[in-house]
Amino acid sequence: MIPSATLFGLAGAALVGIGLYGFLAHAHLLRRLLSFNVLGSGVFLMFGAAAWRSPWIGADAVPHALIITGIVVKLAGSALAIALLVQLARATRRAALPEDEGRPP
Amino acid sequence: MTTLLLSLPVALPLLAALLAVAASRQAAGLAMATGFLVLGLSVWLAFEVAAAGPITIALGGWEAPLGIVLRADGLGAGFLVVSAMVMAVVLVAAQPSFEDQGQESRAGFAFWPLALLLFAGLNTAFLSRDLFNLFVALELLTLSAIALVAIEGKAGSVTAALRYMVFALLGSVLFLLGAALAYAAHATLDIGLLAQVELGWPMAAALALMTMGLAIKTALFPFHAWLPPAHAGAPAPASAMLSALVPKASFVILLRLWFDLAPELASPLLLAVLGGLGAVAVIHGSLLAIGQDRLKLIIAYSTVAQLGYLFLVFPLAGGAGGAQPWSAGAWTAASFHAFAHMLAKAAMFLAAGLFLRAVGHDRLEGLRGLARAMPIACFAFGLSAISLMGLPLSGGFTAKYLLLTSAFASGQWGWGLVLVAGGLLAAIYLFRPLNLMFSKEGAAASLTPVPRWEQVLPLLLALAAVLLGLFSAGPFAFLQIGRPGAAAEGLLP
Amino acid sequence: MTAVLPVLILATSLVPALLIFWLPERAWRARAWLNLGGAAVKILLVVFLMVEVANGVTHEARLDLAPGLYLLLRVDALTLLFVSLSAFLWLMTTIYAIAYLGDGPNLSRFFGFFSLCVAATTGLALAGTLITFFIFFELLTLTTWPLVVHKEDAKSVKAGRLYLAYSLPGSAALLVAIIWLESATGPVIFAEPGDLRVLSDASLMAIFALFALGVGVKAALFPLHGWLPEAMAAPAPVSALLHAVAVVKAGAFGIVRLIYDVFGIALTAELGVGLPLALLAAFTILWGSLRALQQTEVKKRLAFSTVSQVSYIILGAALAGPYAVIGGLVHLVHQGLMKITLFFCAGLYDERAGITRIDQLDGIGRRMPMTSICFTIGAMGMIGIPPVAGFVSKFYLGLGGLQAGEPWVVGVLAASALLNAGYFLPMLYRIWFGVAPADAPQADERSLGMLVPAVATAAASLAAGLFAGAAISPLAWASLIAAGYLP
Repeated sequence: MIPSATLFGLAGAALVGIGLYGFLAHAHLLRRLLSFNVLGSGVFLMFGAAAWRSPWIGADAVPHALIITGIVVKLAGSALAIALLVQLARATRRAALPEDEGRPP
Repeated sequence: MTTLLLSLPVALPLLAALLAVAASRQAAGLAMATGFLVLGLSVWLAFEVAAAGPITIALGGWEAPLGIVLRADGLGAGFLVVSAMVMAVVLVAAQPSFEDQGQESRAGFAFWPLALLLFAGLNTAFLSRDLFNLFVALELLTLSAIALVAIEGKAGSVTAALRYMVFALLGSVLFLLGAALAYAAHATLDIGLLAQVELGWPMAAALALMTMGLAIKTALFPFHAWLPPAHAGAPAPASAMLSALVPKASFVILLRLWFDLAPELASPLLLAVLGGLGAVAVIHGSLLAIGQDRLKLIIAYSTVAQLGYLFLVFPLAGGAGGAQPWSAGAWTAASFHAFAHMLAKAAMFLAAGLFLRAVGHDRLEGLRGLARAMPIACFAFGLSAISLMGLPLSGGFTAKYLLLTSAFASGQWGWGLVLVAGGLLAAIYLFRPLNLMFSKEGAAASLTPVPRWEQVLPLLLALAAVLLGLFSAGPFAFLQIGRPGAAAEGLLP
Repeated sequence: MTAVLPVLILATSLVPALLIFWLPERAWRARAWLNLGGAAVKILLVVFLMVEVANGVTHEARLDLAPGLYLLLRVDALTLLFVSLSAFLWLMTTIYAIAYLGDGPNLSRFFGFFSLCVAATTGLALAGTLITFFIFFELLTLTTWPLVVHKEDAKSVKAGRLYLAYSLPGSAALLVAIIWLESATGPVIFAEPGDLRVLSDASLMAIFALFALGVGVKAALFPLHGWLPEAMAAPAPVSALLHAVAVVKAGAFGIVRLIYDVFGIALTAELGVGLPLALLAAFTILWGSLRALQQTEVKKRLAFSTVSQVSYIILGAALAGPYAVIGGLVHLVHQGLMKITLFFCAGLYDERAGITRIDQLDGIGRRMPMTSICFTIGAMGMIGIPPVAGFVSKFYLGLGGLQAGEPWVVGVLAASALLNAGYFLPMLYRIWFGVAPADAPQADERSLGMLVPAVATAAASLAAGLFAGAAISPLAWASLIAAGYLP
């Protein structure tokens, strides 16, 4: 049977892959931001899985503390990104970078 | 005492940022006071380090891996001092631009807390030894930098900020992924502890991810596209911070990764790739700078080129070359180059801001005849240009000399030629504005007057860049304190 | 051994420069005192140091920059030859410039950079290591540029751009040469020549060529001379500075250092790099003269004459025989004295009579007699007519050529003398025997500040020739230096 830590790790890796694809493939900045959040969640999941040492020691507390900090940081980043995005949309009626115009949203 | 000395450069700007939001009327004065206070503390700390060697403290008494460890060695303290110098002057120079706007304008309200947050992030990055801590510092730094780019709310700069955001997010997640891998493999994130264990392929993968993330944040070619519009689009004092200071934090972390943490994992191929990308950045950035017609864009593209030089340190001093006699010179040269660039680039952006205010736009044509109208600012521009071109006597020259010598001594001529070509290209794009300043024909009839004291501020920074070259023996010796190459000989405490 | 004097002699021009920048435009009196005071102190120091060097006392100062990189200022006989020339001419040019520029714009900037330029030249003369030489060489480029563009018109800015377009790649070549050499041998100290033989012959030849390229730009060696005639767009005192006091002299001085203090005569001969340089110098001598002949403007003609005359110094250095060395070194001084006289006079003609073209010179001798006498002395010296100083240098160069087994040198000298006569004599004829047209503009020479320096340098050129045999003449000093280099 697959240990649960490995399962979490694999799920995290899958999320990272999906998120990365979305982040790079899309032009619409809101889509990219959402993809990035998926990506970030994947990283945190992997980080959490890394906390599992062995059945004897149990979980390591450090990554949990770090993940919580990381989530706060990511939240701040996302908030700033959305604020900027709203501003861009108000000013130019667009939601993509000029060089990405014409790419699928 | 040392605990306070190390933690205050991080804590003070954070505290001041909070206060600046609460008491926005006093924000400008508060920021300035913080700038000078941190400068004073950094200099004090540098003297302590010079006297007693590297200083390490564990915040709250929690040792690594659980607690947060701050460490000031020659490199960290050196960057701390120079960036505090730049920051103090830039904060003074920002007064006229942001103070008058008052708190009802968003820029006038937001500038000071953002600048202070950026300051805190910067200092944390220079002093931290913990990969996660470094991640948080980088995020603090990057997010406040992005907000500063967009502070005026113009469509162009908001676009630039969002592009910066896209790159920065990718960079930080790559770094975090690397840190997670490192933790999974070795159950610690402390650079000092990691350096002591046997590292295998998981760490190599982690380092590859982190290096890529940091290269994106340092705007290394080919990840440089975000930098010029962002740096050129911000208000001048913000540009000065962004261009002079922000990329240095991620570069210092790169130095720590490849010289402190895992010099043994640096394969010749990796070193050559990093150096090669740096070389391309030097040439490509310079050529693009030559093609620009706006002063701030020239200066911003010049940053792309100047950051490229920094990466030459990897093939010249990294990996197996770390044991060679020339590597100390090359390793120190990178820091010297960074210092000179911090001082000169900040001076140049501040001067450009004054030109912009006097003329009303920053197209090159507007510079005509300014040598007569604004001699001090032009002189500051010229002096910082000398350092950026690597001409004597300046910090830039000392750096270039050391890099060139190690390139020739190690038989790696190619890097030497890149250095020489980069200097000549820099002369082409920097003498274009200088030539115009000395052309009285077509000079604007009326200029908005700029007070003398404001013109003196960039001059101070430019003079510091020049003096760094004249009195480089002291800084050179200082940077050797706790230099990683010495770790092998057991010199580290 | 003391460190004070070399620093002090540098400070005599550096400190006034740094102070002058901050003076308000109106403070012309303070500017004048600072400049003249600095120059006077410098001359006193030079005289004192001459005695010291003659007695074999060493003065040197050192400032460490980084491991293997330090500034070393050291006084030797060659240093003093150059410093004494530049100190004397700086004093003269300053007096001249104060009168010439009058109350024009940006004077604090002008005199500030002017003094900085002299400081850089002094440092370059004092340089005791190759890298110190390079640092001051580059500083000289940078401090001269604002002077070249001083007028701020399109022509000067273009001239400034050309100056940099030649100089900066030149110094890049120089830097590569120096670092290539030093990465193999360690710091090259002039007084303690190391063994360059650790490098292969081919590398050494390449280094020599790069070095010659780097300093050759400043020395206006063909084909690197293009910037010099264009730089005539600058005010007359700047031309004097470029042609006589500092810039081209720095190039020629660099060649002398290269052959005698870096490679040494023996190695230069062994590598066989002296002869190609001598041939290039000989070609430049003839080329410059030919081009001068074609010019119709006074200043342009003088500029090409400089291209030709400076290569005499290089020719002497490259031949490396006893007489040739003396001839080359003494020409460093003589050419400076004569050429600055000519430029002072050209400036006077331009300012006081509006004369810029050669065909306007008709009959000016009667209206501006003192100026014209000085001009005549300078021109005769250039041709090599005794007893003006130029004769002495050419005599020694010719002897040196024969001694070195290169008799063609005499032919080159003779041809060049003919060409010099060909372009100077018609000017002299117009000055003294031409008839001024009726509509000639007003002309007078009632400008003491401009006339006195011209008379002084003309007198010095005459004296240097007449009293060449005296114990303290440039010739005697050049012989002393040469004796130190020759086996």
